[in-house]
Amino acid sequence: MNQISEKHLSGAKAPFEFGAVAAPVRLRSGQALKSCPVTKQSGAGTKPVFAAAVLAGAICCALLAPINLSAQQSKPWEKIPVPRLHEFKPQQPKRIQLKNGIVLFLQEDHELPFVSGSVLIPGGARDEDKAKTGLVELYGQAWRTSGTAKLSGDAMDDLLEAKAAHIETEGGEESTALSWDSLKGDADQVFSLAVDLLLHPKFNPEKLALAQQQVATGIVRRNDEVSEIAERESAKLVYGADSPYTRQPELATVGAVTVDDLKAWHDRTIGGKLIVAIGGDFDPVAMEAKLRAAFEALPPVKPTAPRHDAFAGPTPGVSFIDKEDVNQSNVEIVGLGTDRHNPDVPKLALMNDILGGGFSSRLIQKVRTELGLAYAVGGGYGFAYDHPAAFRVMVITKSASTVDATKAALGEIAGLTTRDFTQEELDRAKDNILNSFLFRYDSREKVLAEQERLEFYGYPANYLETYQDALKKVTLADLNAAAKKYIHPGKLAVLVVGNGPEIKPGLDELKLGPVHTVDITIPMPKQPAETEKKQ
Amino acid sequence: MQSRGFPWIWKSFAALALAMLAWHGAQAQDLKSFEQRTTTKVLPNGLTLIVCERPEAPVFSYSTFIDAGDVNDPSGQSGLAHMFEHLAFKGTSEIGTTDWAAEKVALVKVEAANDAYEAEYLKAVGRDPKKLAELEKAFKAAQDEAHKYVVQNQFWEVAERNGATGINAETGLDDTMYFWSMPENRLELWAWLESSRLADVAPREFYKERDVVMEERRMRTDSNPIGRLFEQFVATAYVAHNYGRSGVGWPSEVSQISATEAMAFHKKYYVGSNIVVAVVGDVKASETMPVLERYFSRVPAGPKPEEMTTVEPKQFAEKTVAIHEATQPIYIEGYHRPDYRDPDDAVYDAISDIFSNGRVSRLYRSLVRDQQIAAEVEGFSPYPGDKYPGLYCFFAVPLPGHTPAEMRDGIHKEIEKLKTTDVTDDELAMFKNRTRADLLRGLADNQGLANVLAEYQTRFGDWRELFLQLDKVDKVTKADIRRVANTLFEASNRTSAWIETAAPAAQKNAGGAQ
Repeated sequence: MNQISEKHLSGAKAPFEFGAVAAPVRLRSGQALKSCPVTKQSGAGTKPVFAAAVLAGAICCALLAPINLSAQQSKPWEKIPVPRLHEFKPQQPKRIQLKNGIVLFLQEDHELPFVSGSVLIPGGARDEDKAKTGLVELYGQAWRTSGTAKLSGDAMDDLLEAKAAHIETEGGEESTALSWDSLKGDADQVFSLAVDLLLHPKFNPEKLALAQQQVATGIVRRNDEVSEIAERESAKLVYGADSPYTRQPELATVGAVTVDDLKAWHDRTIGGKLIVAIGGDFDPVAMEAKLRAAFEALPPVKPTAPRHDAFAGPTPGVSFIDKEDVNQSNVEIVGLGTDRHNPDVPKLALMNDILGGGFSSRLIQKVRTELGLAYAVGGGYGFAYDHPAAFRVMVITKSASTVDATKAALGEIAGLTTRDFTQEELDRAKDNILNSFLFRYDSREKVLAEQERLEFYGYPANYLETYQDALKKVTLADLNAAAKKYIHPGKLAVLVVGNGPEIKPGLDELKLGPVHTVDITIPMPKQPAETEKKQ
Repeated sequence: MQSRGFPWIWKSFAALALAMLAWHGAQAQDLKSFEQRTTTKVLPNGLTLIVCERPEAPVFSYSTFIDAGDVNDPSGQSGLAHMFEHLAFKGTSEIGTTDWAAEKVALVKVEAANDAYEAEYLKAVGRDPKKLAELEKAFKAAQDEAHKYVVQNQFWEVAERNGATGINAETGLDDTMYFWSMPENRLELWAWLESSRLADVAPREFYKERDVVMEERRMRTDSNPIGRLFEQFVATAYVAHNYGRSGVGWPSEVSQISATEAMAFHKKYYVGSNIVVAVVGDVKASETMPVLERYFSRVPAGPKPEEMTTVEPKQFAEKTVAIHEATQPIYIEGYHRPDYRDPDDAVYDAISDIFSNGRVSRLYRSLVRDQQIAAEVEGFSPYPGDKYPGLYCFFAVPLPGHTPAEMRDGIHKEIEKLKTTDVTDDELAMFKNRTRADLLRGLADNQGLANVLAEYQTRFGDWRELFLQLDKVDKVTKADIRRVANTLFEASNRTSAWIETAAPAAQKNAGGAQ
């Protein structure tokens, strides 16, 4: 729910991931585009259309729902008994810290005959050399497709797929990872292969070239889909176009990456504090012994150097990107968010729920339900684990209603500081979040992933519990104070990606100063022969 | 997945289960174990209930599966099933209103005002702009009057406050599905909510929601290059069957659907005999079934709606669609194939697996790895639906500098190989193994299970077919694959569509190059 901003950040790297193209491919199952009342995120690789839900809504005349509620005659649902929830204590994984600093997590789960595992490695795209932006993405692909000295990537594909098993690698914003899964009977063999790939990769120039082609395809297509443009460019407004969190790979930076760069990256990061997580149908004693044998002999881990990023936030104003083949505008209203170390995060989470967290939120109620101006609208104040996320509200509306919808969304944002929250709103937000809280740990796999995440970012293992307690304690006064402290409508930037001639009234009607046009032309490396021909 | 990914996945799911049966018969996850944990009951109104016990955590998921989708939209009303699905979140005579008796009267007036406005708007001769403006004003005023009684989004609010997560619905061409997950102690509350909206939906705020759906269409189709391409592709591939019609609806039609039409759709298709409800999670059938029975008996009985008579005639001419626009090239093509009940259904799945599944697949190795002309390419089926004869499709994304024509040639070369040479033993075994494993992997998910149980119960009249179908997967032979490939992949049975990059209009006017 509260991951809007984290997704937003990864969204900034969406061009690597080939957003626009991925969706239809995943449509393999063969049904026409399905329509839902709520836009959901499509599969991996596509950008979030909108993270938590695309919910949102409302402007200054609000009040609607609460007033009417009091007039309602009967509420039959309140008479239905809600028994005590079945006792449930989620099983925590066993944590082992090796002498060299590597951390192991073991989570047994015997429901199905599978074993899966992952190794999380600190360091990601934000740490790469600017002149080689895209390196980590290339590394994530070519590491696995290259394979090892003993077994090429192609041979590994043949071997694993015959067993319906997988080993994959990936490059992310803050980390890289190697993961695997297989049927129980193949688990030993797959584990050995995975460890071999982890410790003895053999980067192959042909596979690097293949990855470069893939990334180049994403680059030349990055302006095809409007939501991808909106997400990427609004993140640049927040962090700056050159920020390690938003800079994008170009054909030149991707082309500059060599096999030696991949090796150097691997050697540099593999000595960091690895976190190994294993889940599934295994014998815990044997598994621990196997993990110790594989990881105990590695040298002591090197600490990750802390980052010293500056986060200034956007320059207020309106930016515009013209796209002639759309009949809708994607509007992004953005500012700087915070990180989870901030003790006000529980208050902000509740504020987000009221602003744009569900169908009863102000943004949805106003912009979608009451005004009918958008299918997709939502957003909130983001918080990431180790750096400030973004504040982000988005709305997608037909060209002609761009100004109306933007004003309505801005009105709801401003309303956070001018219209005091009601006890009813706070109670509802608490119910929404706390009554669904157990879906954060309703499977052993989720519990394992959470522990891995907390370990990686250095949060205490009981973070979820303390977070839940803090949510319960938030008062109306806390909420009002937090909104006033964190919401500054004057510091937000507005980005509109849409069809210029169709946007009437024009963006000057927003009265937020001159409209700045953003150039998103994709830089093409000069090809001498081509240039001559054209002249 | 907002795009409708389920049927194909489910099918492979099924395929896996079967193989799994054969290989892991003693495991907990076999048909016998499912039979012990799964209870089915058909109510007097014809509605089928399925309860599957999976007490891993104190939660449950449900899926309500309606055997009707946009393929059932009457002529001139494309997008109706989907519009109704949106209406199903607007509440009932008890949820979402301050005074249903008064609201009902106001809603009747909204319909009358809409009819009057539409009648004037659609006049071919003699439309009076002044009168039209007055009627529009009256229509708006009637909506404002009805709005006074509305408690906005109260249905959602009750669900969300009670811990519902993943609340959503999907309308496909074949069917409509409603689903979410909840803490197990809200089971009775859920049964009340869900049965209320099935039995007693109120035509509330319909016209605002119609605007919302128009925005959905703009987002998914009009403003999305691939959305546009696929809409034109299926519209060209079909000449008679409703599979060729826009699922979300043609703009001129969906923008004029009325609440009266949506309620008529509900009356005809949302009858007990057309609905399956599946619940999976920390529930006990002995305790749950009586509760469900009590609530879901409220759903009206009614005859199973008649089946469609239209059968797509055999295609005899190759068809193509070329879109020239300022986006990067994409290539797709499709061939008509039979529906999901065809005895060769598993053979089509085998072809997709061998063509497209992973880096070992033929299309990846040929077009991506070796020829280096494509970034992505795959074959999949059926599209756009599986209840009626759909298409076997290919989708390819060229690398920079490469063209749709190269995609076509590369794909055709692989098709030719499949027609003339047997697949290898390894490829066939891999298909069967992966199908089995993927099925197993899906069994540990309440929502996925609820969806698949409801789907199989609807499509085969028995959820066990999910497992029994694996038998068909095991029986697929190399000869089957060649035989099907030779029947299917004929030029005269093909429709292809592509985007070719053209300079944007603005730049063309300015005389500049891209």
